[in-house]
Amino acid sequence: MSHPITITIDGKEVQVEDGTLLINAIREAGVDVPSLCYYEHIDPPLGTCRVCTVEVNGRHQASCTTLARNGMSVVVHDDPTLHDTRKAMVEMLFAEGNHFCPACEKSGDCDLQGMGYDLGVQMSRFPHLFVDRIIDYNPKRMVIEHNRCIRCRRCVDEVLTDDGKRVFSFAHRGNDTEVAIDYDQEAKLTEEQAVRAMHICPTGSILVRGKSLARPFGERKYDIDGAHAGGNVPMEKMFAPKVGNGEKKVIATVSLAGCFGCHMSMLDLDMGILDLVDLVEFNKSPLTDIKEFTKRVDIGLIEGGCCNSENVHVLREFRRKCDILVSVGECSIWGGLPAMRNMVPLRECLEEAYLHSFTSENEAAIIPHHEDIPKILDKVYACSEVVDIDYYIPGCPPSANHIWKMVKNILFGAEYSVVYPEFKYD
Amino acid sequence: MQTISLARPQLLNAIWAMHDVKGFLDDNDIAQLSTLFGVSAVEIEGVVSFYHFFHRKPSGKHTIYLNNSIVSEFSGYEEVKRAFEKETGATIGKVDPTGTFGFYETSCIGLSDQEPAALVDFCPMTELTPQKVKTIVSKLKTGSTPLSICDEPKNNIRYTPGERAFILKDYVPGAALQKLKDLEPMEVIQQIKDAGLMGMGGAFFPTGIKWEGCRKNASNRKFVVCNADEGEPGTFKDRVLLNTMPGLVIEGMALGAYSVGASEGIIYLRAEYRWLKEKIEQTLEDFREKGWLGDHIKAKQPFSFDIRVQLGAGAYVCGEETALLNSLEGKRGEPRTRRYFPIERGYLSKPTLVNNVETFATAARILESGPARMRELGTKDSPGTKLISISGDCAKPGIYEIEWGMHLSELLTLCEANDPYYVQVSGPSGTAVSMKERNRRLCKEDLLCGGSFMVFNKSRDLLQILLNFNNFFKHESCGICTPCRAGNFILNRKLEKLELGLCSLRDLVEIEDWGATIKQNSRCGLGQMSPNSIIDAIHKFPEYFDCRVDKSGSRLSHGFDMERAVREYEEAVEA
Repeated sequence: MSHPITITIDGKEVQVEDGTLLINAIREAGVDVPSLCYYEHIDPPLGTCRVCTVEVNGRHQASCTTLARNGMSVVVHDDPTLHDTRKAMVEMLFAEGNHFCPACEKSGDCDLQGMGYDLGVQMSRFPHLFVDRIIDYNPKRMVIEHNRCIRCRRCVDEVLTDDGKRVFSFAHRGNDTEVAIDYDQEAKLTEEQAVRAMHICPTGSILVRGKSLARPFGERKYDIDGAHAGGNVPMEKMFAPKVGNGEKKVIATVSLAGCFGCHMSMLDLDMGILDLVDLVEFNKSPLTDIKEFTKRVDIGLIEGGCCNSENVHVLREFRRKCDILVSVGECSIWGGLPAMRNMVPLRECLEEAYLHSFTSENEAAIIPHHEDIPKILDKVYACSEVVDIDYYIPGCPPSANHIWKMVKNILFGAEYSVVYPEFKYD
Repeated sequence: MQTISLARPQLLNAIWAMHDVKGFLDDNDIAQLSTLFGVSAVEIEGVVSFYHFFHRKPSGKHTIYLNNSIVSEFSGYEEVKRAFEKETGATIGKVDPTGTFGFYETSCIGLSDQEPAALVDFCPMTELTPQKVKTIVSKLKTGSTPLSICDEPKNNIRYTPGERAFILKDYVPGAALQKLKDLEPMEVIQQIKDAGLMGMGGAFFPTGIKWEGCRKNASNRKFVVCNADEGEPGTFKDRVLLNTMPGLVIEGMALGAYSVGASEGIIYLRAEYRWLKEKIEQTLEDFREKGWLGDHIKAKQPFSFDIRVQLGAGAYVCGEETALLNSLEGKRGEPRTRRYFPIERGYLSKPTLVNNVETFATAARILESGPARMRELGTKDSPGTKLISISGDCAKPGIYEIEWGMHLSELLTLCEANDPYYVQVSGPSGTAVSMKERNRRLCKEDLLCGGSFMVFNKSRDLLQILLNFNNFFKHESCGICTPCRAGNFILNRKLEKLELGLCSLRDLVEIEDWGATIKQNSRCGLGQMSPNSIIDAIHKFPEYFDCRVDKSGSRLSHGFDMERAVREYEEAVEA
């Protein structure tokens, strides 16, 4: 080293070259720090996503835009609130965009999704914004899915034509900021260059026609090498177990605006179910076909969010009758796939579905309504927007092991740890 | 190979030149600019769409911008807006069917002492009433030019501390420059240091240290930039300085140039102050004639220095110095990462001294009156005086030159505040102050004020104020970093929920937590300051929030309103 300097990372002194980017210095020291927008070739670094935030001499700073200086004191993991801060940045990006992972070509190859796994994101603490954004099919080779763009700016700086022109640029500002594409310049890209652009995009925002599903599921980046592949996913919060006193515990389940996929996943426990029924009994649940609560319930598992008035009534009934309520699966946690309609005004949805669809007959077409039919809500609500929810089990669907490990932990204080394949659900 | 015939820093001016012709840019203009500057069309679009005074669709023969700041809101914004809509036939955000009037809202235009105010083709119209709007529009319809019917904004200098005034006293042109005959550059810097001058734009960085740092960075080319992008809602002191004594500011810049060894100066003037441009340029011309600008300016070490005015195009964030530099370079006004300070790599990557209008003016006064005089004024840590722009619920809105250390209560008495309840010090990104703090002092030791001082009485709704501030940040964020762009939008949803009466105590805790996240992790000062007023208000006005949140602790109804949620469906099936 020409100018070795000493910095402290989590209390440990390390020697690095003066002026090294802090993020590299941290990683060279063998310490993990997550990042999304950081892309080694781009100089100066973008510093847009703030996911690599660490504490430098007592202040939060993005480690990708900070240069290591002699005597710097850096905290990455010693202060657990920093982990929470980085997680908050990722959660914000999920809440800001419209990320429907089960319907995304990039699922399994997506850096944002992988970051969610790595950081143990169970839900976004922030309300989803559901801003209507477009999908642009105009470019020659590409499809631009604005719903998934996290404005990291990688494509803006990195995707250039052979004569050095930018293909992408940021446009507008504030919460309207978006990535705009130049159709003329895009048309000049070779297929190879276009595919590279798709790979540079950390989410599924840049797709190349005919190439987006090239890598089969199961062989994708985060199928194989997530930061915690082969290990446990760090869960920041262990649950407060309900005291087990030897009695059989009572469980209730319901599927609101969901697809019953989470219930199917519960059944995936296979033979394990036989052990389970020794420990618990089921009350109101599609699994037992018991329609009404007949007693107080220890734990209620909710699949699906609230898309109509009946969902709300049922959910409130569960809240009244259950000591603990758990949101199971994405739809229950934030709306999930049914929330795809949240970007469009309800009236447009109803008119499109019932009045203007190919199969509706002009004179007879009405929007169904009757006192016996539940009323459709203006948007699909997360269960936590309606009642208090105690715990969240993410996934689409969550794996059977994840669901039952968590339930056993809550009901019996059984040890709770989730391994990567159980947490990863794409 | 394409020929690139214009250098990138000329982009903003090139856009202005085209925009002035017809009030918007069409696709041909974009293509032409793209060829002229040798960049892709999308890059031009990116710059154009960043600044809100640039349009891509026709914006009318006359373009009207009505200020939507909170002071305007409380002074009759709604009525004036309706009057404009009625008289012009243009609804806000649109052009009337005949294409005569484009009517838009805009963030604070620096006329908070004479609200509601608007710009018509960038000519100021102040103290608007529906009647006045009617007159203006009918005159425009009959062919009067906005320039012929606009107002000359009042300076409203309401108070100076008499003999102890430091900035707003008689100005003798050239008085500061003359001192250079006996001073080496380092001696000028020493005087600035001795006086204890701090950056008056609101960051309060020691000016002398900045000047010295810039001097030490060797370069064949250096710049002095005057930040006249006074965008913080409620502040208008720089407007008054530039209107009453632009020469003083120019002298300050020349001192800076002499001290750091720069020969090129730029005044970055916000487009909202375009009506001041001619006056400033005339002053520059006078200076040149007198030999105070140009080649061989008289000094102990004769130097060359000249200044040009660069017009902004509507973006609050360009007041952030690195965003301003990007804007000067013809780029989107996005703040840079803090890898280098502007005094290391600023405009065109050369060492650049960026200071606020008032800082340069004060620097000139220091040379004129001597650092010792400044030290006699103010407090130990903040010597001298400060220009405060007072607006809102008081009888005498305007400019107050106060000595640092004045008690809040004294200032409130001076401006004849009417039953004050809430004061927003330093604008939306500053501090919310309750009347329990009326004995606090304005100074570095206690409470600093960048210039904006908005007074609100009890009849004003606190939440309306906070929502106005939040909408401002949501709109004015440059959009580049996650916490500021997404975070302020998320806070906006929370405040709307609060407005609907659907919040519980937990929501207030979340607002504070999330606000802290935005503060700690945003990339520049805009984001770092943006949640300040909300967090302060929750702490300082518990009586207000207590009666607006659900404290029942019910687990059954977490802010969900069934009636509201089914209303849209019911309307759809009734239709």
